[in-house]
Amino acid sequence: MYRYDPYDQKIVDERVAQFRDQTRRYLAGELTDDEFRPLRLQNGLYIQRHAPMLRVAVPYGLLSSRQVRKLAHIARTYDKDYAHVTTRQNFQFNWPALEVVPEILAELATVEMHAIQTSGACIRNITSDPFAGVAGDEYIDPRPWCEVLRQWSTFHPEFAFLPRKFKIAVNGAAEDRAVIQCHDIGLELKRDAAGEIGFRVLVGGGMGRTPIIGEEIADFVPWQHIITYCEAILRVYNRYGRRDNLYKARIKILVKSLGVAEFKRQVEEEWAFGKNGPSTLTEAEVARVAGHFTTPAYETLTGDDAGYAAQRAANPAFAAWARRNVLAHKVPGYAVVVLSLKNPARAPGDISAEQLELVADLADAFSFGEIRATHEQNLVLADVKQSELFAVWEKARASSLATPTFGLLTDLICCPGGDFCALANAKSIPIANAIQARFDDLDYLYEIGDIELNISGCMNSCGHHHVGHIGILGVDKNGEEWYQVSLGGSQGNQTSIGKVIGRSFAAAEMPDVISKIVDVYLAQRLAGERFIETVRRLGLDPFKLGVYGEAAVKERKQNA
Amino acid sequence: MPKLIKNGQLIDDDARILVLDETQAPEELTLADGPVFVPFAVWQAHKGQLSGRAGLGVWLDSHEEVEDLAPDLDSIGAIALNFPKFTDGRAYSAAALLRTRLGYKGEIRAIGEVLRDQFFFMQRCGFDAIQPKAGKYSDAQLEEALASLKDFSTPYQAAVDQPEPLFRRATRSA
Repeated sequence: MYRYDPYDQKIVDERVAQFRDQTRRYLAGELTDDEFRPLRLQNGLYIQRHAPMLRVAVPYGLLSSRQVRKLAHIARTYDKDYAHVTTRQNFQFNWPALEVVPEILAELATVEMHAIQTSGACIRNITSDPFAGVAGDEYIDPRPWCEVLRQWSTFHPEFAFLPRKFKIAVNGAAEDRAVIQCHDIGLELKRDAAGEIGFRVLVGGGMGRTPIIGEEIADFVPWQHIITYCEAILRVYNRYGRRDNLYKARIKILVKSLGVAEFKRQVEEEWAFGKNGPSTLTEAEVARVAGHFTTPAYETLTGDDAGYAAQRAANPAFAAWARRNVLAHKVPGYAVVVLSLKNPARAPGDISAEQLELVADLADAFSFGEIRATHEQNLVLADVKQSELFAVWEKARASSLATPTFGLLTDLICCPGGDFCALANAKSIPIANAIQARFDDLDYLYEIGDIELNISGCMNSCGHHHVGHIGILGVDKNGEEWYQVSLGGSQGNQTSIGKVIGRSFAAAEMPDVISKIVDVYLAQRLAGERFIETVRRLGLDPFKLGVYGEAAVKERKQNA
Repeated sequence: MPKLIKNGQLIDDDARILVLDETQAPEELTLADGPVFVPFAVWQAHKGQLSGRAGLGVWLDSHEEVEDLAPDLDSIGAIALNFPKFTDGRAYSAAALLRTRLGYKGEIRAIGEVLRDQFFFMQRCGFDAIQPKAGKYSDAQLEEALASLKDFSTPYQAAVDQPEPLFRRATRSA
């Protein structure tokens, strides 16, 4: 993974000093709340319901064991012994005192970490494929490009006060695992006919209040020009994005109002000035950065491990875990392990200090000392020998990190919601836990199969509900918490925005609602058909019928 | 006398920023003597007469386009770009465009809601003059705030102050 050189380290150290002084001035009354807000947000610091929340950047989800140990240390020393993995591959601490945040940042800096631009109206942490470098369907490793873009976007002086937040995602495989169609800029790495690397560029995607799927504005931007091209997009957005209405300030609204053709024209006109300028990438720089993402020292193994097969045959619980949480690796004899953070006893994505330490130990012992965070709020050990999977499983299981439900109904995405977040309209964690409690029978979960359930506590959509096969959105109705259900959303290559099925529900109704939806699917699916495929084939009507009943659906149609 | 940060130094400056109220039409204006920044509309209306006047600058609000000043840049000694709110970042692009695309060599001054934690970004985008609102900071605070111009010693990306990105400026270890 990328290691800091003295330049990188100095920038992060100087940030610590800068924020220490900003915090001092705020506490001394020299900075008002309004003045301090964007400064702290650009350092990932929110003021939440109970305490400040600090969001730590995990660039494109990649962590070393040393960094994970530091996160554990921070959780123990400055927080309540746990941390939370976010839907943008970052880590959050829910309880640090404002006064100690500079200390936390100083600790992070010792392991090449920071909280730069994890919030605020600026270019945010760049996200990517958690299986980068190990997936069989990868064309081009996205990590070096993410790092190049990370450096370009860090403290970019022109784009620190954009109309609104700005999110970039990069994917380099046949399957999109970075939700690039729902980002302000989505970059898909590809090769042209001559074999040269470049990017297909999507713009104006996003979730939030107005979910929109990004549109292509460039079929192929050669790699040398990706910075100047992004800079052109950002400059057009910075100048012409709306600033009069917070809800219409994302780039997607600008793209929609201009039309993608006109937006593209403006970007190309701007790009003509920057193209081939000093920010044009050099082979030397790309090679330098790519040199940090070399192939680990894999052993030469011949095919699948016989012992692994025998262990699965002998131990059904291990077999169940292996079936769901162990994924194919491009190197023979290796596997990708998903360490689940969806134990129903915890909030989705939460991880204790003790578990963090175990994860670091597992990574050191079995996976070249590296860990990835996924936007689905799990952790990944990307390079485990098949022969060592059993050992990993035993240790993970003993620490409640081996819930064998990856990709199943209860492996849900869930924002912190009203329990923590000041923006939320409704709680989301109790809904997640109630659904997990309802569907606690593993055989039944396996019977239901692949399904993505995403929960957001408000329109900001941190829980990605728009792209959940089943999406749940917390809404406020006259001061009460209600939940709106949508179906048919999807991430990946066939990204789609879910459609709301009808009136919203009280919290207590939610497990039943999900049961009814699942019942319709199980009754009507064709052989081998996944949930999302059934929804696409049948549309919403049978599900509405199943959830609301015949009388209610009829009445609704009459009134329509 | 009001203070101004010019090229990293604190100096006295008595230029006025002329703001028209609703009752004033740009066409009917008589200017008092002394250094002044006039709004773009006044410049448009009195260009012929104001052109080359000593101590005259033009200020643009954040929605106004620097391109509209392009034909006149040779006759304008200073341009001020207004930050109506410090979170309105359009003037960063405006300053960068003035310096790079339009080749403007005169003073570019940040006015309006100008706070010390923006100084570093402003300087990078080509502002050589920074003027927080009168009364926002004491002279001592301003003196201290000069440190913010140097918040980061070696930025990654190219900008007006460093036309080359770090990967061209330095040999970085692999």
